[in-house]
Amino acid sequence: MTTTPLLEVEGLTVHYGKAIAVENVSLAVHEGEWVSLIGANGAGKTTTLRAILGLVRPTAGRIRYRGQEITRLPAHARVELGIGYVPEGRRVFGDLTVEENLLMGAYRIRDRARIRRNLDRVYHLFPRLAERRQQLSRTLSGGEQQMLAIGRALMSEPELLLIDEVSMGLMPIAVSHAFGVIEDLHRQGMTILLVEQNARKALARASRGYVLETGRIVLSGPASRLQQDPQVQQAYLGV
Amino acid sequence: MYYYVVVGIALALYVTLTLSLNIITGYGGQPTLGHAAFLGVGAYTAAMLMTRAGVSWWLTFPAAFLTAALLGLVVGGAGLRVREDFLAITTMGVGFVVVAVFQYTPWFGGVMGIGGLVPPPGVDKVALLLIATGLAAFTALVSWWLERSWAGIALRALRDDEEAAEAMGADTRRFKLLAFVIGTGLAGLAGPIYAVHLGFVSGPDFGFHFSITLLTMAVFGGLGTIRGAVAGAVILGLAPEVFRFISDYRNLVYGGLLILMMLIRPTGLLGVTSLRLPGLPGRKGGISRAAP
Repeated sequence: MTTTPLLEVEGLTVHYGKAIAVENVSLAVHEGEWVSLIGANGAGKTTTLRAILGLVRPTAGRIRYRGQEITRLPAHARVELGIGYVPEGRRVFGDLTVEENLLMGAYRIRDRARIRRNLDRVYHLFPRLAERRQQLSRTLSGGEQQMLAIGRALMSEPELLLIDEVSMGLMPIAVSHAFGVIEDLHRQGMTILLVEQNARKALARASRGYVLETGRIVLSGPASRLQQDPQVQQAYLGV
Repeated sequence: MYYYVVVGIALALYVTLTLSLNIITGYGGQPTLGHAAFLGVGAYTAAMLMTRAGVSWWLTFPAAFLTAALLGLVVGGAGLRVREDFLAITTMGVGFVVVAVFQYTPWFGGVMGIGGLVPPPGVDKVALLLIATGLAAFTALVSWWLERSWAGIALRALRDDEEAAEAMGADTRRFKLLAFVIGTGLAGLAGPIYAVHLGFVSGPDFGFHFSITLLTMAVFGGLGTIRGAVAGAVILGLAPEVFRFISDYRNLVYGGLLILMMLIRPTGLLGVTSLRLPGLPGRKGGISRAAP
């Protein structure tokens, strides 16, 4: 492809102390794509996402967004550029109400009318959240918290959504629901970079995929090809 | 009568100080073990200006706010670089340093402190009580406003999960600093009242002991709410007056209460979840942990 990718990661290396978590990872996400990053627990998937958002400092490598270098930008500035984040384990603000959580997501937007519009859109997407808008979010079920985490990320009107382990700790029905929502968002034009242990779900609707093993990318390509790859099938799909 | 007025002034000051500490520790989740030092800075600012420069007592209020908030900005700024447990140590250290500076610098009156501080003519103890109560109400109003503002939501969010708040686009450093500046500035505002109420200021009075008392009040009442801070300040402020016989063991009682509270009710008497009945929907919803 000749167009500039929406997100471009080049030679990313991250250390935690002396331990290396991610080594020389390069990947690209083009506008409108759904890219899935799969791999076992501890392969460095989450660390890669966190580095893209600016929550960990890489020891080497570059991150570009729309061609602009963002490697040194603080996380809050990257959110402003249009990167939304659904963290692993949901991490909703338990002492805040559902609506306050959503307002936090719209933190960078100062226009009340726009915030109102975004709230309506999220409530339309997740009627359950509308019913519970005044409830403390720690009292929500896991599935509801996952909806809230996605809704919160949507509040900032992101162009690129980073989604970390959406299936973790959820009942199968809640997992299906969450993936259904992500599919809808993607169909409506949202660019998605998804990190997931559940390779089958992650590759089913994705455009492309990368396979991470102990901090390195060992395989990449169209999702359909990865699904057929014997190595992937054996290691991640349990075929 | 006079006795009640004097106790009333002390209570109003306790309420102001606990509320201001609650802004930093309750809303922002930043531990502070040196809060009394900021009262001290405010009180010394008033004392110095009145005795050395002949400044009117009324005009020392903005100065006390500014000096305390400025030190708060410095401490908060240093605190941005350290994790929570180190911040506790840092604020404790600042408390010691402030006391030492007052105590060992002749310019600040040294060990003797600064005495002869009287309120301006017309301000008797009753008037002082009204002013102190007014300041407590003002502090509560600031807290109330803060709770409902964007900054308040951001502060509570970062108390819950700092990294997630950062990932939402909130500049958490700015809000921590804001909490420090407002909290310490308000503590400084109590300084001029404290100074003329006692008639003198002396470094050791603003030491670790006082800071811990304030923290105990905030934790006992319940961090994160106005009602909690007020209840903690009033109950623990009154306790030594009501139970005169225990006054020798005041610290023992305070410490015991703190441990008891941590064991039985870690959120304090009237903390964040105190007015919510379990099992009811809405804002008064249950407090059980969410199931995965």
